[in-house]
Amino acid sequence: MGRVVALTGNEAAAEAMRQIDPDVVAAYPITPQTELMHKFADFVADGLVKTEVILVESEHSAMSACVGACAAGARVMTATSANGLALMWEIVYIAASLRLPIVMTVVNRALSGPINIHCDHSDTMGCRDSGWIQLYGENPQEAYDNLIQALKIAEHPDILLPVMPTYDGFIISHTLERLEVLGDDEVKRFVGEFKPAHPLLDLSRPVTYGPLDLQDYYFEHKKAQAEAMKRAKGVVRAVGEEYGRLTGRSYGFFDAYRTEDAEQIILCLGSSAGTAKEVVDELREKGRRVGVLKLRMFRPFPAEELAGAIGHASAIAVLDRAEGFNGVSGPVGLEVRSALYGRSAALVGNYIYGLGGRDLRPELIVQVFDDLAGGRAPLLEAAHLGVRE
Amino acid sequence: MAKEKGYRELPPGGLILEAGNAAEYITGGWRTYRPQVDKGLCTNCLQCWLLCPDCCIHVDDGTMTGYDYDHCKGCGICARICPVKAITMILETDPRGGADERGQFNSKKKA
Ligand code: SF4
Ligand code: SF4
Repeated sequence: MGRVVALTGNEAAAEAMRQIDPDVVAAYPITPQTELMHKFADFVADGLVKTEVILVESEHSAMSACVGACAAGARVMTATSANGLALMWEIVYIAASLRLPIVMTVVNRALSGPINIHCDHSDTMGCRDSGWIQLYGENPQEAYDNLIQALKIAEHPDILLPVMPTYDGFIISHTLERLEVLGDDEVKRFVGEFKPAHPLLDLSRPVTYGPLDLQDYYFEHKKAQAEAMKRAKGVVRAVGEEYGRLTGRSYGFFDAYRTEDAEQIILCLGSSAGTAKEVVDELREKGRRVGVLKLRMFRPFPAEELAGAIGHASAIAVLDRAEGFNGVSGPVGLEVRSALYGRSAALVGNYIYGLGGRDLRPELIVQVFDDLAGGRAPLLEAAHLGVRE
Repeated sequence: MAKEKGYRELPPGGLILEAGNAAEYITGGWRTYRPQVDKGLCTNCLQCWLLCPDCCIHVDDGTMTGYDYDHCKGCGICARICPVKAITMILETDPRGGADERGQFNSKKKA
């Protein structure tokens, strides 16, 4: 059923968008997302999709157009990176609070400044509290798979939240890899038809989007949004299992690799997990009990399940590809620690690594495992891995 | 005002699913000063009706008859525009302001 192809991460995402054939795509180019939209624009120009592409003058307008189109009742997608996402900020929050199931691929790139076009997670970590579901992909296969699942999660009637599938800029977006893609009709069947609950264009059922909401109701609307985010866990799991039945590739909240009996575990997101798995295999050959947990879903945060999967380790290192500028910890480090609080006695060290596209070399991962085994993990204050003194 | 709903009872995203419901939202409580008309002076020119940004001037068959205090926010535009100075703005807490036509000092939605 699956077709084996060689695609870059961006091409894989564009292929998924072609197969989904969304009603509206509004986007503005930014490296390293640009190639994705180039490719998709080709599909539009070649008549392979019926999508209406709205070319806008900025990312703020791109997300605004997405909000308008989605409220009107359209199935809407977009994509961006780094500063583009930052420029969208205001509307990113509005999309989530209006409960609009927009799917936006974010090709992770370092935020300026100094200006840098390469990968880190400062862009998506910056909007981790914006109310979007976040799924981090490791490779082009996951870029493709996550995008298709993202739509089904977003549009689930119990959820109605926007989803941000991400993958690492250049490392994945511009790297050609082997992957399996589904048939067009399989994708269309899987995502189904979008049935908007309250489309603005249904004139027989008038509805107001975005009215003033003061002390008497704003809090209740935020509570309802927070509850939808909690419910999303069940839907992410169910959609991941359904996708597994279709493709043989099941998805959950995370991917635990050789962690069951591991004494030291590294937790990371995105492409770094691939490198970490290689190192784990090498160290296992030497008899070291090490493992890696790749966190796929950062929002909602699977605290309980995570504690169940890694809480038995004696020491854990959380690798953050974003600086928190709090003098203490990166964003993932903070959340993993609080997830384990009261659930596990494991020591949690935290490393900031790979900012601005700096490589995470295997030697650095070995060094982290050595720190964990030797009781040298940075527990109270994150260490910066691979930075020159 | 109707009993306020809990978060489980609300449509998602703060949407309002009924049309034309602004009248149900009682904004008169925001008022600091209330307009009062002296019908002895009023010439029924209806400039106040034309200018009121909240459509709170009651008019009956060409006659200015009073105010919708449920929604009048006390901006004072009517008093400012009235060519014969028939409208005065009185502090809500000033006893001389008296009660409104339904006997309530601070207007509330009809039960
Ligand atoms: S005070 Fe303002 S809101 Fe009230 S009736 Fe006069 S013009 Fe209208
Ligand atoms: S503007 Fe003055 S005179 Fe004219 S209708 Fe209103 S209260 Fe009467």
